[in-house]
Amino acid sequence: MRIELEKRPNPSRLFSILSPFLALGLTVVAGGIMFALLGKSPGSALYSFFIEPLLDVWSLHEIAIKAAPLILIGVGLSVCYRSNNWNIGAEGQFIAGAIAGAIVPVVFHEWHSPLVLPLMLVFGMIGGALYAAIPAFLKAHMNTNEILTSLMLVYIAQLFLDWLVRGPWRSPDAYNFPVTRDFAPEAILPELVSSGRANLGFAFAIIAAIVLWIMMRYTLKGFEITVLGQSERAGRFAGFSSRRMIWFSMLLSGALAGLAGISEVSGTIGKLQPIISPGYGFTAIIVAFLGRLNPLSIVAAGLFLALTYVGGEAVQLTLSVSDKVTRVFQGLLLFFVLSCDTLILYKIRLVFSRLGRGNEGGAH
Amino acid sequence: MGMIEAILLTVITAATPLVLASVGELVTERTGVLNLGVEGMMVMGAAIAFAATQVTGSPYIGILAGIAGGALFSLLFGFLTLTLVANQVATGLALTILGLGVSGQIGEPYVGMSGARLEPITIPLLADIPFIGPLLFKQDIIFYISIALVIGVNWFLFKSRAGLKIRAIGDNHASAHALGIHVIRTRYLAVMFGGACAGLAGAQLSLVYTPQWVENMSAGRGWIALALVVFASWRPWRVLLGGYLFGAVSISQLHAQAFGIGIPSQFLSALPYAATIIVLILISHNRRMTLINTPASLGKPFVPDR
Repeated sequence: MRIELEKRPNPSRLFSILSPFLALGLTVVAGGIMFALLGKSPGSALYSFFIEPLLDVWSLHEIAIKAAPLILIGVGLSVCYRSNNWNIGAEGQFIAGAIAGAIVPVVFHEWHSPLVLPLMLVFGMIGGALYAAIPAFLKAHMNTNEILTSLMLVYIAQLFLDWLVRGPWRSPDAYNFPVTRDFAPEAILPELVSSGRANLGFAFAIIAAIVLWIMMRYTLKGFEITVLGQSERAGRFAGFSSRRMIWFSMLLSGALAGLAGISEVSGTIGKLQPIISPGYGFTAIIVAFLGRLNPLSIVAAGLFLALTYVGGEAVQLTLSVSDKVTRVFQGLLLFFVLSCDTLILYKIRLVFSRLGRGNEGGAH
Repeated sequence: MGMIEAILLTVITAATPLVLASVGELVTERTGVLNLGVEGMMVMGAAIAFAATQVTGSPYIGILAGIAGGALFSLLFGFLTLTLVANQVATGLALTILGLGVSGQIGEPYVGMSGARLEPITIPLLADIPFIGPLLFKQDIIFYISIALVIGVNWFLFKSRAGLKIRAIGDNHASAHALGIHVIRTRYLAVMFGGACAGLAGAQLSLVYTPQWVENMSAGRGWIALALVVFASWRPWRVLLGGYLFGAVSISQLHAQAFGIGIPSQFLSALPYAATIIVLILISHNRRMTLINTPASLGKPFVPDR
């Protein structure tokens, strides 16, 4: 049996809407099989993974908390990927933003003012953007592969954060635990609604998604991004500079990742510690693709991936499976998203005959 | 054994997985396929090799399992990018994310167990040569395989007919297809070869380098291996050179820590990653050089017209 692809004359509208849902369905089925292999009842496992978290207010808040960084980073990455810039170091930019933003409440902890929080957010965005500026500069002016450099910078950022919280920034009153001092109340991101922990970070995420959606759809910049991403040559003829686009997309996605980082530490954790992210920067890549690189769909994708984090924690407790289940789910999802996207551009045909077409292998 | 010998021995141990994973990826990339999933395949190899060793008691079965695991896992990537023409960059990332998750799942029961270490094989006579002997001829089998692979791949790519076909596909898949070369089939084989090598590299990590299973134990080595292919400008001998350079860098940080140099350990641990960036800059700065050597169809999907 062989699989043959036949290019569709036009991209299929039906499948461009359907394919993410198809991917979700396949992921759920594969997940069920995985639970069965682990010796758990697939039905109840999937129920506590995907349904239960939606049924109480506490976990809805948790979903919003985890969706915020995923959406913020994901919409930034979508601009990058659309313009053919492969920033995969958002995890590092997230950490850099968190560190830069934390300068205010950690180093200047005696300064109390309503300006603290806005300043932190600005610092966070600058920190993330500056960190993304390194691979941007290297790609734009040194022709260096941004995939590898941005990724190496993730490891460096993680080690730098580790050094900070164990060394110079360690809190004097944390009994030698590797944490900074707790942020003062004015350095904490306010809660969104009174019913739970979800904070303003979620609002930032929604605003960013809407702004970027408008930019992509209605502005010249959005057009420039799309043209340069599809063909650098065509973009050059139109007078667009791919070098400027590297800077624009990388700084934008870095700033949003940085904002996500400082929102996370000031809204959810309340201090710096060695680990501040369960891989948000990498999961956001899945979010961007599941959302088909469209900012509004990325909101939905971010909420869904947040559900996999919360659902993963839930099955850990109720069925005592390991926390890697979440990771497996997320990886599977990305696989299915990518395979289902084939249906948009191609018709897939299964060929059962053993004989290929006449001329195949003829030259041998 | 003198101290210099001891240090060199650790350099060899640190370099071997890098050389293995890079040489596999080099072949894959020579056919025009960019598989960014090396990290995932490597960590899968590490977990499977360790688990198989624990179950069977034989590290050699562990090695075979690691190789097979890496190759089978890479098939997922092959199916998506070659048959379904999915984006290679995104699919490679998916392979890494999935590999980190699944390997954690496989290795879970073995956390904290110490494994059967792979014993060195002494090559008679040669091992008696002073200094070089114990270093090069009293090693585990994976080291010997790594050297043999570099020699073999170099011969294969530049001296054999199949190697010529591979390079033709990498440089222009459309012409190669027109000449009757099986582009997709060759790419499948190359992807699986890359997966097998990454799996073996992983087996080295969990059976030789640190004989135990730790989650995410590849720690970015798969990504460094990818950078090494660029560093080597797609030539096997330079992979060997680069692998040993990087092995030396990552070992130097351990020794520097042991000597109590007043630099925080985190900065030393960041050295291999920083070195990777610096090397990439030096290599890619010369735009003409990279253009000559990069397989022209690297990363581009191919759909045979029917």
